[in-house]
Amino acid sequence: MANYAIDVPNQSPSAPASRAEALRRFRFGDQLFRRTTKASALLVLLIMVGIIISLIVGAWPALHTFGLGFIFSASWNPVTEQFGALASIYGTIITSAFAMLLAVPVGLGIAIFLTEICPYWLRRPVGIAIELLAGIPSIIYGIWGLFVFVPFVQTTVQPAIIALFAPIPLLNQLFAGPAYGIGLMTAAFILAIMVLPFITAISRDVFLTVPTVLKEAAFGIGCTRWEVVRSVVIPYTRVGLIGGIMLGLGRALGETMAVTFVIGNAARISPSLLAPGTTISATIANEFSEAFGATYLSSLIALGLILFVITFIVLAMSRLLLMRIESTRAK
Amino acid sequence: MKINIAMRAALFACATSIAAVSVHAAEITGAGSTFGTPIYSKWAEAYKKVSGNSLNYQSIGSGGGIAQINANTVTFGASDMPLTPTDLAAHDLVQFPTVIGGAIPAVNIPGIGAGGITLDGVTLAHIYLGKITKWNAPAIAKLNPGVKLPDLDIVVVHRADGSGTTFIWTSYLSKVSPTFKKNVGVNTAVQWPVGIGAKGNEGVANNVANTKGAIGYVEYAYVTQNHMAYAKMINKDGKVVEPSAAAFQASAAGVDWAKSDHYYVILTNQAGAATWPISGATFILMHGKPKDKAASAEALKFFDWSYHNGGQIAKDLFYVMLPSSTVKQIEATWQKEIATK
Repeated sequence: MANYAIDVPNQSPSAPASRAEALRRFRFGDQLFRRTTKASALLVLLIMVGIIISLIVGAWPALHTFGLGFIFSASWNPVTEQFGALASIYGTIITSAFAMLLAVPVGLGIAIFLTEICPYWLRRPVGIAIELLAGIPSIIYGIWGLFVFVPFVQTTVQPAIIALFAPIPLLNQLFAGPAYGIGLMTAAFILAIMVLPFITAISRDVFLTVPTVLKEAAFGIGCTRWEVVRSVVIPYTRVGLIGGIMLGLGRALGETMAVTFVIGNAARISPSLLAPGTTISATIANEFSEAFGATYLSSLIALGLILFVITFIVLAMSRLLLMRIESTRAK
Repeated sequence: MKINIAMRAALFACATSIAAVSVHAAEITGAGSTFGTPIYSKWAEAYKKVSGNSLNYQSIGSGGGIAQINANTVTFGASDMPLTPTDLAAHDLVQFPTVIGGAIPAVNIPGIGAGGITLDGVTLAHIYLGKITKWNAPAIAKLNPGVKLPDLDIVVVHRADGSGTTFIWTSYLSKVSPTFKKNVGVNTAVQWPVGIGAKGNEGVANNVANTKGAIGYVEYAYVTQNHMAYAKMINKDGKVVEPSAAAFQASAAGVDWAKSDHYYVILTNQAGAATWPISGATFILMHGKPKDKAASAEALKFFDWSYHNGGQIAKDLFYVMLPSSTVKQIEATWQKEIATK
């Protein structure tokens, strides 16, 4: 098309007019295209701002009533209408952090195996299985968690953990009984299983982008496979890896249904990881439909606002991390 | 403004007899209580067959039901928690009960079957306050002479979602224990000092079934359908009672609804030898001066039909109908307080 605009005048005597017209037409098309894409991009911003504003407006009565105390109070009492978000924030952060602690090493391990070690005939089936895992709706994880995983954890895993850590001073607080089966740790396990496919799939994809030349050069100078992965593959793909992990963390922070089933839904802060707790999204999902009164509703919306802010902070931190990596690389 | 009883009866007879050829199929809209959803939908299904009028009921929870009727977007709201007369007056609302249900303490104690253990209100309150933590605690042993109670931790299970069942449960515990009233209180959701929260009746039932030493409260239907072990209760008259439809009904029969203030009656801990102490009714809210009078009239016709013809459906779904004396009073209230003309 661009060639046409240039070529036409050479062939036709009435060149200037039609050339100008053709150019104008293209400019119009260009403009239209630019405006459409710009509008699409702005729409996202607009929706985002709209959500923030409506969250703030909705949360205002609660924030106004409780002030900063809303964030630092662990009381969640619908009867006296004393609401504080601390127990929910605590549960959200603990379960997500614990889930990432489990999922990141395993996810990276699977990705390294798939790209570096796995025989070719096995790569596709394992890869597809992981992608399928990512496609399972969260409610299924919740039901499976409650009916299959929780009884197993309660009768097998938790008694063993409690017995194992009982003689060790600090750890026996962290893993104190009784074994409910349900609780923060079980929720973190389920979350880890849920975010695993995201981390695996993305790390596998970015590992595949490492130029073979680089790896062969490393092997050529006598590196072991582990050294190649550690010193070539991971440094080369750092940015992508962090992106994948953050995506997983984002999902873990906001996950609702599966967590609600297995976390125990108790607005309390206990030192033990085996104790029941709650998360922000679980509290909202559980209580929204039966929330009587303006303060109650507003407090639930304020919880939503806090989750929004936490997600934003996580995103900002990952950006910062990336920027630091870029700047050290530049040096 | 009032409809003459005879005329209304005639109207009703008319409506049912010409149902098949009825041309104007009005739609009644309602929203609220999830506890009442199964019965309202089944009644509506049966009512549509005889009247041609359909009910569009949205199971959005009691809180949502109250908000919707206040906003005038539905013909009736449904709530598991009765509104106080002040709240009713503030929004020009009339409330009346529809069906009765009960909350049952389901237990999972090795060696103890259905009704194999007896509890009283104070003991139950202390369990839910975390003051009694073992099944062989002296307070429980005293109520169960001859029963072999294990040295087992009590795992308290409660509802995580806001629920009418929680309202009935906390209302009972607050009536029998001042400490519970002071520390926890009465609501559809409360701050529990101990225990794990499960979603819905099925969640509580499942948690109790899976956890040795667990106790949790569920609606009657879940106990009978899942053949769960439960505790018998000692009621206000000091009698040991088994949960049953008759025992729930007994708790409503003793109430003089006529003397009640706008049906603001909570059926927990009622007197009577046969009374199950943890019973409760679910309520309908309608405007006294509705905007859409025709729709309100249709809704009342629906409830009238249900009171008189919905007994079998209620029984199948493990709900309990109100005693006929109460129904008469409710219908008199409609005449007096809801302007459908």
